[in-house]
Amino acid sequence: MSPATEIQILAAVVAVACALPGVFLILRRMALMSDAISHAILFGIVIGFLVVKDLASPVILIAAAATGVLTVTLTELLRRTGRVAEDTSIGLVFPVLFSIGVILISQKAGDVHLDTDAVLLGEIAFAPLDRLEWAGRDLGPRSLWVVGIIGVINLIFILLFYKELKLTSFDPALAASLGFSPIVMHYALMSLTSITAVGAFDAVGSILVVALMVAPPATAYLLTDRLSVMIWLSCAIAIVGAVAGYWLARWLDASVAGCMATMAGALFGLGFLCAPRRGLLALAARRAKQKTSFAVTALTIHLSQHEGTEREVVECRRDHLGEHLGWDKPFADRVLQTAIRTGAVELDNGLMQLTDRGRALARTAFAR
Amino acid sequence: MDGEVFTRIFTDYTLRTVALGTAALGFVSGALGSFAVLRKQALLGDATSHAALPGIAVAFLLTGSKAPLVLVLGAALAGWLGTLAIMTIVGLSRVKYDTALGMILSVFFGVGLVLLTFIQRRPDATQAGLDTYLFGQAATLLDRDVKTIAGLGAIALLAMALLWKELKLLSFDPDFGATLGFPMRGLDIILTSLIVIAIVIGLQAVGVVLMSAMVVAPAAAARQWTDKLGIMVPLAGVFGALSGVTGAVISSSATRMPTGPVIVLCVSAVAVASLLLAPNRGLFPQWLRSRRQRHAVRKEAVLSDLRALEEQHAGEAPGHSAAVLRMMAPNPAGVSPRLQELSDRGWVAKTGSDEWTITEEGLRALEAQLGSGGDER
Amino acid sequence: MPETSRRADANPKADSTAVEVADLTVAYRDKPVLWDIDLSVPMGVLMAIVGPNGAGKTTLIRSILGLVRPTAGQVRILGKPYAKQRRLVGYVPQRGSVDWDFPTTVLDVVIMGRYGELGWIRRPGAAERRAAEEAIEKVGLTDLADRQVGQLSGGQQQRVFLARALVQDSLVYFMDEPFQGVDATTERAIIDILRTLRDEGKAVIVVHHDLQTVEEYFDWVTLLNVQRIASGPVDEVFTDSNLRAAYGGRAALFSRELAEQRERAKGGDGP
Repeated sequence: MSPATEIQILAAVVAVACALPGVFLILRRMALMSDAISHAILFGIVIGFLVVKDLASPVILIAAAATGVLTVTLTELLRRTGRVAEDTSIGLVFPVLFSIGVILISQKAGDVHLDTDAVLLGEIAFAPLDRLEWAGRDLGPRSLWVVGIIGVINLIFILLFYKELKLTSFDPALAASLGFSPIVMHYALMSLTSITAVGAFDAVGSILVVALMVAPPATAYLLTDRLSVMIWLSCAIAIVGAVAGYWLARWLDASVAGCMATMAGALFGLGFLCAPRRGLLALAARRAKQKTSFAVTALTIHLSQHEGTEREVVECRRDHLGEHLGWDKPFADRVLQTAIRTGAVELDNGLMQLTDRGRALARTAFAR
Repeated sequence: MDGEVFTRIFTDYTLRTVALGTAALGFVSGALGSFAVLRKQALLGDATSHAALPGIAVAFLLTGSKAPLVLVLGAALAGWLGTLAIMTIVGLSRVKYDTALGMILSVFFGVGLVLLTFIQRRPDATQAGLDTYLFGQAATLLDRDVKTIAGLGAIALLAMALLWKELKLLSFDPDFGATLGFPMRGLDIILTSLIVIAIVIGLQAVGVVLMSAMVVAPAAAARQWTDKLGIMVPLAGVFGALSGVTGAVISSSATRMPTGPVIVLCVSAVAVASLLLAPNRGLFPQWLRSRRQRHAVRKEAVLSDLRALEEQHAGEAPGHSAAVLRMMAPNPAGVSPRLQELSDRGWVAKTGSDEWTITEEGLRALEAQLGSGGDER
Repeated sequence: MPETSRRADANPKADSTAVEVADLTVAYRDKPVLWDIDLSVPMGVLMAIVGPNGAGKTTLIRSILGLVRPTAGQVRILGKPYAKQRRLVGYVPQRGSVDWDFPTTVLDVVIMGRYGELGWIRRPGAAERRAAEEAIEKVGLTDLADRQVGQLSGGQQQRVFLARALVQDSLVYFMDEPFQGVDATTERAIIDILRTLRDEGKAVIVVHHDLQTVEEYFDWVTLLNVQRIASGPVDEVFTDSNLRAAYGGRAALFSRELAEQRERAKGGDGP
């Protein structure tokens, strides 16, 4: 395989591994914890590295995962004191751990193969250089194996605990009453997020991990209402973003990781504008239609309320329509025209009168 | 680190410039950050500062200039756009606030990194210095940078002072403010812009990655010391300024000490100390108070147990064994020390070896305490 | 309860209409919350807005105050659009709508009631302080004036909001569940203040939850459930059939309780 192909495969695998826990993070409104964790694990990575002096060691993975859980716990402890709000407690914890990490890296710059650039950008372009060999055979880039295994763990976890995750995400109280502890699920998910962040860290750096975790699931969230569909869609979007990011980077001669984040954001932007039902354009079109049809209903209700009263001649005059309902004239005219076209209202000497159909419309609207 | 470092602030011109700059940015971000924290928008600053990165790069790409005002304006524009994007996404789609914030933060930052690497790989190597915006390098602050920081900061603070009452209303009860006729959306935009200014003037010294801590931590610290907004805001400013100067001085007098992280550790230390030690809200004083109260309650319980024994066994024996009292108490180990304290006050008297009786004075004190103890908060 | 059924026509300002709502329709997205509401409230009344959960009670107040944009309809306060009459309108929001841990004191919050009068940039001075202290005294919180608002009980916080509305010195008051989460003593104190306002000829409009106290506390009532069911003097409008129309099936329970309550009241040993 050429290095270019290997990088693209690695990028896609990293993106999928990140998107899997990301789906549940955004559904549980915990996207910001992924931000906090991905920053804070730097502390664990550096400490782990200073102990074992080998970035490929599993110790690093464990130290980083532990730091992730530590971050979650500290944040929760701080919040429980009642002295600061939740977002403030997040904002207090992770900068400290991240700062210590950065200072340690700078201090040990001579003997650590980590620099601050790698922290922010990762080194996906160099990944094909570090290969895994077994019994003299080349098995491909080492980081592909690491991230691949983490991705498989994520997938197995989601498949095994799909029901529990779904339940604890949507209705924690019900889940607890059925015996599925939301807290266990919470910490399991946080640990997975931490491990995934460490695995992806190597390739894309600490901050861009957040983009890969949050953006594809957020895009999928705009496209579907079903959890299972959302998971697969997130993975597909993640892959498209990763490969497109690679080619963008090639074209610009810029950072691959940065371009992956950029493309993930661009795909979200595309979804935000053009998603079939929830996109901005679809929404605007529907709103305009809804606004008129809603106004027609409002008109029929208005007329039915004053039908046969002595104020009818005042309230139901065409000329007074805008004045009474607070509508500007063009809008009032458009509504009236639609109402007449659909047969809900008839005009009689400038007096608006309900038809049977219009009365039925008002009644059903009320009955809702 | 020796004390001389800090006296050098007054003699060393470069160091003085750095100290002035970091003090100014610390004060402004601390003061305006208070409003962000009180409005539960602590992490919005995180998004703003990350989102500012592409603005810096674009400003440089377009103008080729590294003049502080140009870069700061670019940063402010991008940071402001990022904030606006979050509000738009939340307002117009089902995507939630935390998701939008995390996404804008990381995607804008990604775009910024793309532009930075793009600039770095260009043949003309004039770009050196832009990457100090990642983790901050206070040592690079020059006279003109400090002037920019101080000028923009002063404008932001002045606007805050003029609109003090309106911003307070916006932060505490925006709906009520709207019924009074103040345009709350407009005020929201003004406050957000002021916070964006506070953030972008700190980026050169503290860096985009960690600037959010300068918005959150001083405010969280100051909140613990006071219950008045008029004190909290300047106090947060002072905390921010002190941390800024301390961090910058430490960083520029040691080798390989990135400024941003050091400043963040300083300001976080202030926040932790405040959370633990502040007189009213601090956790330690609160622990002391509740311990004292627990003791008072237990003392009262021992006293009233003793009175009960006295009433039951009137005239049988001059005293009652502490062992009996221990059986009556929920916390037996606490009985002996409480008896000792009570006897120091003269409310109980020892009648034998570990046998006790309540005194006249003790009876009176018990009456008084039971009478007043009812409405304690 | 003869003293509570004080009629509007006994009031000097009764000829002016405090609030006139015409054809008000409000929708969130495409879901209607209020359908074509007509409402006319005279000065000098103390009016309850009642209805089941989700009936749109709070939305009605909020759209009258311009906090929610209506789809159709208009609102007039004392004969003019609301935007021109802001100074004449006071507002007590729900207690849960603000963060009580905010670093501010009782006095500070009450002074906010004068901000509208002050306008842009001008700071409150001695006059505002005096007005606030007076209002704080009326609601009986003088001893707590310098306390941070989070240290107060729910009932005390509600009284802070009431004091803030009092310093607005308005003619028409809107209050969103001022009795929510308050103890019986505070409820008494609040209703006394509301009656005083009414007796001064002002209009007080209250979103209310407790059907049991409607007849005792209020002289006007509006029954609401997405549409206006009925609106007018309590003794004319607060009837079993209207309640059933507003509350549907659940009304059976309420109306039985109400009937019992009325029996007790007639029996002489009323509340």
